[in-house]
Amino acid sequence: MTARGADGRLPWWATAILMPVLNVAVALALSALVILLIGEDPVGALGTMVVGAFGSGTGIGYTLYYATSLIFTGLAVAIAFHGGLFNIGAEGQAYIGGLGVGLACLALGGWPWWLALPVTVLAAMAFGGFWGLVPGWLQAYRGSHVVITTIMFNFIASALMVYLLVNWLIRPGQMSPESREIDPSLFLPKADEMLGALGLEVANSPLNLSFLLALLACVAVWLYVWHTRPGFALRTVGANEDAARYAGIDPKHVIIITMALSGGLAGLLGVNEIQGVQHRLLLNFPAGLGFTGIAVALMGRGHPAGIVPAAILFGALYQGGAELAFEYQTISPELVIVIQGVVILFAGALEHLFRPALLALFARRGKTKPVEA
Amino acid sequence: MTLSRRAAVAALSLLTAGFLSASAQAKDFEPAIVFDMGGRFDKSFNEGANNGAERFKKETGTNYRFFEVQNEAQREQFLRRLAERGADVVVAVGFSMAPSVEKVAKEFPKTRFTVIDGVVNLPNVQSVTFAEHEGSYLVGMLAALASKTGTVSFVGGMDIPLIRRFACGYEQGVKAVKADGKVIVNMAGTTPAAWSDPTRGTELAKSQFDRGSDVVFAAAGQTGLGVLQAAADAGKLGIGVDSNQNHLFPGKVLTSMVKRVDVAAYEAFKTAKDGTWQGGARTLGLKEDGVDWARDEHNAKLVTPEMKAKLDAAAAEIKAGTRKVANYSDTEGCKY
Repeated sequence: MTARGADGRLPWWATAILMPVLNVAVALALSALVILLIGEDPVGALGTMVVGAFGSGTGIGYTLYYATSLIFTGLAVAIAFHGGLFNIGAEGQAYIGGLGVGLACLALGGWPWWLALPVTVLAAMAFGGFWGLVPGWLQAYRGSHVVITTIMFNFIASALMVYLLVNWLIRPGQMSPESREIDPSLFLPKADEMLGALGLEVANSPLNLSFLLALLACVAVWLYVWHTRPGFALRTVGANEDAARYAGIDPKHVIIITMALSGGLAGLLGVNEIQGVQHRLLLNFPAGLGFTGIAVALMGRGHPAGIVPAAILFGALYQGGAELAFEYQTISPELVIVIQGVVILFAGALEHLFRPALLALFARRGKTKPVEA
Repeated sequence: MTLSRRAAVAALSLLTAGFLSASAQAKDFEPAIVFDMGGRFDKSFNEGANNGAERFKKETGTNYRFFEVQNEAQREQFLRRLAERGADVVVAVGFSMAPSVEKVAKEFPKTRFTVIDGVVNLPNVQSVTFAEHEGSYLVGMLAALASKTGTVSFVGGMDIPLIRRFACGYEQGVKAVKADGKVIVNMAGTTPAAWSDPTRGTELAKSQFDRGSDVVFAAAGQTGLGVLQAAADAGKLGIGVDSNQNHLFPGKVLTSMVKRVDVAAYEAFKTAKDGTWQGGARTLGLKEDGVDWARDEHNAKLVTPEMKAKLDAAAAEIKAGTRKVANYSDTEGCKY
């Protein structure tokens, strides 16, 4: 293989694999230092995290369950990125998307899940999409920056959900603001049930059919952004709005469509959480996964092929982190958040930290090779 | 708990794929507790349960396992993990735990569960709820008695039925003393952050003071600390909640509506150890000493003997059943 360091570029495997692995390794090393500082054994603690996330069927199930939601929100943030839009509102869009799923499920009663799934998916995308479309419209026609409006829409979403659940959707005679359970026939099949039918014993976990839906969404986003005309328009607007206008593309139109699609993708989180796992409408089910989607999109470089491993990494951090707090009673959940934060810092914000060093390394190899030849 | 032992345990758990089975050792009594979001040191509800567990540990020398949940999915996950580990009794703190306890308790019919603030109807589940409206009624009376302006206020955390139950009882207590008294009610927010936002609590309390309130009751977790702080700074009176918070600002906290979550947690552990643990639902009110208003050296100067006499009389009537306090959850709204 020829190393192309001399012209300032790295081979694809160095950018796609070597750099993320280096970043995560440095992040874990720094986390180890923090664990050492509070007087715990870093090797054992980080080992517990890894084993907790990947060491058992249940662990893997939980990791992939978190990853499912993160793929949806990661794709949502990524598609907006390509249009030059920073969608901070995936959290709220996912929340409202889940409302759509919940309402559809409550209305559909005893439908079989496979018949109801297209309806719930559409409801999730419509509700979430609407929650993205409004900020998109405000950006396109009113110049209200989408970063500000999407953050505001997160708050509006949570206020709306509390209002609806406390006053209208709550099952009467109970304390917690939750709707009644949806009909069991609507439950999405879980991984252990699906694989069990094929004769494979798998541990019980919340992982469900939505994971396949998430992978499908990845393919759809890839096709849309890179292989369709509206996708080209989207990338053109993201690269240079003026040039896009000169080329006859209406940026306003593109911004609104992109934000609606972005919101729709985030809304699909509701299918995983409501129809797949919780089986009822409740408060706070997005649990910050909408915000983590930003880190997933950044780390995945906005490409579905990067978003999937990034989502699995963050899923592993959630699941492994919870196991760490469970096994090590002196390690508080706050410290687990510190570890997650350090990984985000190195994998997201400082992703090019090692680029100059790697460039120099490959450049040297590039120079010495011809001499040998 | 030396470092090397920890390391050895960790290495072992690594080797055995994370499943360090407790049954490998001689089986000791193993209690466990799962705290809700907000954490075990929230100076309020969760901390009450933590105090009960700590008291049990101190008295019996038996260590307990705990977990603080961070999101919805973890409730069920770690209740199950504790049951799998062979915990003898699992205390689940908070009403949000109820659906998860129901699921897991069905899977592990031999494991005993105690859910605090929620109700689950299974033979291996003990449900402990509190008559918050009764305690809130008494502190409402005290607020009205201590108020000079005739206007008192309430700061809740999230706008959920449980908090409305506090507000409703409080309002009834105020009106029982001053029929024309005014009660200002505000909620801190609509996200779980509403339980941990002292700045927001301070803001709300200040705006209530501007509207004439001079006694404020905070039922808002950590947010309440900001409310009590604002009251202390402005020379007004605050009322704490769940744990006895009188000591936080001595002489500035009129009283605290104490919810004996600690007793519930302690008794769950203790009775499970003694073998007297029983399933079923229990409501702890004034009569059962489940709720009360706190009196100690920090608020002794604020509560006059006349006030105390009035509260004691009302408490006696509530206990005897001659004075009824409407429960928000029963009346579908605050009707009394």
